Amino acid sequence: MRPGFTRVVRIIAGRELAAYFATPVATVFIVIFLALQGTLTFNVGNFFERGQADLVAFFNFVPWVFLLLVPAITMRLWAEERRLGTIELLLTLPVTQFQAVLGKFLAAWAFCAIALALTFPFIITVNVLGRPDNGVIAAGYLGALLVAGSFLAVGSAMSALTRNQVIAFVLAVSLCFLFALAASPVVGDFLRQSAPTVADVLRRVGVLERYQDFTRGVIGLPDIVYFASFIGFWLFANAVIVDLRKAD
Amino acid sequence: MSGAPIEIEGLTKRFAGFTAVDNVSFSVAKGEVLGFLGPNGAGKSTTMRMLAGFVSPDGGTARILGHDVRTDSVAARRMLGFLPEGAPTYPEMSVTAFLRFVARIRGYRGADVASRVARAVDLTQLEGVRLQPIETLSKGFKRRVGLAQALLHDPPVLVLDEPTDGLDPNQKHEVRRLIARMAPEKAIIISTHILEEVEAVCTRAIIIARGRVVADATPKDLAALHPSGKLDDVFRDLTLKAAA
Repeated sequence: MRPGFTRVVRIIAGRELAAYFATPVATVFIVIFLALQGTLTFNVGNFFERGQADLVAFFNFVPWVFLLLVPAITMRLWAEERRLGTIELLLTLPVTQFQAVLGKFLAAWAFCAIALALTFPFIITVNVLGRPDNGVIAAGYLGALLVAGSFLAVGSAMSALTRNQVIAFVLAVSLCFLFALAASPVVGDFLRQSAPTVADVLRRVGVLERYQDFTRGVIGLPDIVYFASFIGFWLFANAVIVDLRKAD
Repeated sequence: MSGAPIEIEGLTKRFAGFTAVDNVSFSVAKGEVLGFLGPNGAGKSTTMRMLAGFVSPDGGTARILGHDVRTDSVAARRMLGFLPEGAPTYPEMSVTAFLRFVARIRGYRGADVASRVARAVDLTQLEGVRLQPIETLSKGFKRRVGLAQALLHDPPVLVLDEPTDGLDPNQKHEVRRLIARMAPEKAIIISTHILEEVEAVCTRAIIIARGRVVADATPKDLAALHPSGKLDDVFRDLTLKAAA
């Protein structure tokens, strides 16, 4: 009679994931994601002209495409539940707030994983054209998945903050952009003059810097710990925000 | 631990600038159907939400079969069937898929899921629309899907926020019969604006105004408070007086 913690999370995630595919959201997202990745990799990234059998061009664009598309998934995550009133239904079932937060997050993450998996023709292409290091490619995919997870966690927390999906989207894009570039010279140089301490902190939380290691085929424990803490922190923030604002 | 399945003690909720629920206390015994009445904004929904663990009280507490909604909320919610205001449901899901989801969250597995869903569908007469997406249903059907979700696990405590709102007269009659049939085994709170409903199904009625309980009696005794003997007049007297 008492389902375990993970079982409840799985049931919530399953319902959520099915909802993506019951609406045009899934199709639109996947088609646009694949079209953008294809265009950027082949046309802008000079995939063929480079003459190298790797997916560097592909992985360079993944975070930027996610930056645009992931907040489009997360903006409805909680805002929609509040608009429909179903948040009151969900949270008065015997589930904890964190189970609901985690279930929704995992569904969105699984969805991004599906979209990423559908880029498999890129892998086939480079393997037909040459002899790529498939280990590096696997590491790149893992990194891409972790970037998606990080953006999802941020976006999901922003969605809990408001019932307005446009606000949720704009907040999520802005914050993800900030964290994506936090360690880059652009942000660093600017902040070093105005707020040196903030610049120091941000240098350590830059998402893209961590991701670069993966695309070079390096999977370091500190990077894994970083992504796990980043996602964990935002999911925790998400649960707190849901608790504070659910009945507003 | 005392006997009553629903115990509410000094429940208080303040929102910015006003007190929505002000030191409300009452309990509901097994076999009782409590009609929860009051003008819009009197604090009915907020009280019910606190009972369901959706809104946290600022003072006092409530217990469902001894489980405190503040400290043991999930256990309290296991014992509770709750129909939120407006009967929200996931629009893209079919009736069956939605009820299966609720059944699985409530811990049923395998064949039990199907039998629970079948029973709930049967009780609320949803057979004809079982496989339709909820968004395509009329208001009355949507309300009954919400009701089915609340009844699914045959809970000892039912809290229903306007269960008959949007139903046609025949459906209202059916829902009232359903509530009356379940009443002996459960403690039930229903909020409503339809005073004849109170006389039809409730064994007791509470009127709240501006967050406070202003009357608590059987519908008959309440009606007798006004020379006309009409619940309408009593309701108007009590709630307008409180507002003044």
